[in-house]
Amino acid sequence: MIEIKNLKKSFGDLLVWEGVSFTIEEGDITAIIGRSGCGKSVLLKHINALLTPDEGEIIIDEKNIFDLDYVDKRLLRQKFGVLFQGSALFDSINTFENVAFPLRYFTNQNEEEIHENVMRALRYVNLENAAQQETAELSGGMRKRVGLARAIILEPKYIMYDEPTSGLDPQTADEINGLILDMARQFDVTSIVVTHDMHSVLEVADKVAFLDQQKLSWFGTIDEMKQSNQKDLVNFITASEYQIKQ
Amino acid sequence: MRVFKELGKYSSLLYQGLRSSTEFSTYRKNLFQELVKVGYDSVPIIILVGIFTGSVMTLQSAYQLESAFIPLSTIGAIVSQSILIELAAVISGLVLAGKVGARVATELGTMRVSEQIDALESMGFNSVSFLVVPRVLAGILMFPVIYIVASVCGLAGGVAAGYFSGQVPPADFLEGARMYFYPWDVAFGVVKSFVFGFIITSIACYKGYFATGGAEGVGNSTTQATVLGCIYILLADFILAALLL
Ligand SMILES: Nc1ncnc2c1ncn2[C@@H]1O[C@H](COP(=O)(O)OP(=O)(O)OP(=O)(O)O)[C@@H](O)[C@H]1O
Ligand SMILES: [Mg+2]
Repeated sequence: MIEIKNLKKSFGDLLVWEGVSFTIEEGDITAIIGRSGCGKSVLLKHINALLTPDEGEIIIDEKNIFDLDYVDKRLLRQKFGVLFQGSALFDSINTFENVAFPLRYFTNQNEEEIHENVMRALRYVNLENAAQQETAELSGGMRKRVGLARAIILEPKYIMYDEPTSGLDPQTADEINGLILDMARQFDVTSIVVTHDMHSVLEVADKVAFLDQQKLSWFGTIDEMKQSNQKDLVNFITASEYQIKQ
Repeated sequence: MRVFKELGKYSSLLYQGLRSSTEFSTYRKNLFQELVKVGYDSVPIIILVGIFTGSVMTLQSAYQLESAFIPLSTIGAIVSQSILIELAAVISGLVLAGKVGARVATELGTMRVSEQIDALESMGFNSVSFLVVPRVLAGILMFPVIYIVASVCGLAGGVAAGYFSGQVPPADFLEGARMYFYPWDVAFGVVKSFVFGFIITSIACYKGYFATGGAEGVGNSTTQATVLGCIYILLADFILAALLL
């Protein structure tokens, strides 16, 4: 369980959001939605303590993660797999090595085991043929999927996906949605999906957190969302549905 | 005000680096790569710089000291001392502030703005130990070697220029060089290059590690890293001369 309590963050004079509180339950898929620039990625980076808030706390395993010392923060982060918005692949090494990277440093697996695990992860994201390709040669969608393979390789307890489907064709996007569901259902992973793709939200999410106007504007289950008549949320959803139809 | 803030950030990065320098297994592989990139890859340009510095010094000294009363060995003495005390360290430092400093700042800056450093941290890596420590260590370890290479090439260049121009026979040049050779000069040069190596790589790491603002931001960090690198090399050169000579 991840409890976010009264979080506030600003960069200099720019207030990103304040008073953000909600709880992410074990095994749930929680979607964080909101317009571009509303601070979704910034919120994700607080959940594994990459950024520190001005106020508030996040409780994981009964501890406020911002009180942890650096060593414990690093141990905490190892429980998270993160797919970054721009994939954040290491461009000095090839696709295979990117996925193998956490294995090489955090496990004692031998070359054979590493090979097997990496190829399994790449097969999982449908990229086994790209293993020896340089990351600079990959398309945006391929980079996303390599990032995903790297995020899941250590079988983390939590996975955070930052815009996993943006910039992908509908078919690949659906495949990714399938993978997210699969990870959550099959391996009991607690998932946090940042997105502005309503189709993806409806497909995968159990709970939805809507960031708007520098606060958590709405939070609830997917069914509650469908029935909600909160104006800003409805506007956001309508705009997206209009886009989906288009 | 901003200067103090930057200085604080810089020293806290160094402090973090110092503390995490014990995590050798994290950066071992990177250290070997960096030793090659900082040291081995710089050898060609350093050979070139060394030879030209030595030969130009010799030709100019021969021109300036053209007199029947000054023995030719004086030229060897002047050139070799200048090279060992000052030129080998400072000129190669300035050249490598461009070459090494720019590469390091660009590498780390690109990793920062494309979230690769965040990715490292979010995997549970200590990104300072993984990225900064091996680069600074490589600078500290390789610059004295580079200084020696530059010195040897400088002296060789001096001898060659004297010989081919017909102005200073090698025997005279070497006699002068030997007569005024003090091991302390070399020790001083090694200490200087040690400091320059630290200055160049630590400033470049600092500028790259905290880069912001996309490709343009990385460009700015790189420029600042090279310019500041040069300024602080000259400053450190002055301070060390005042302290140690
Ligand atoms: N390191 C930083 N320094 C200063 N400002 C930042 C930093 N990171 C983010 N911001 C600002 O915080 C705000 C929220 O950024 P964030 O990246 O979280 O948006 P987002 O909701 O993820 O948008 P998008 O959907 O476009 O990815 C933006 O105004 C951004 O400019
Ligand atoms: Mg974002």
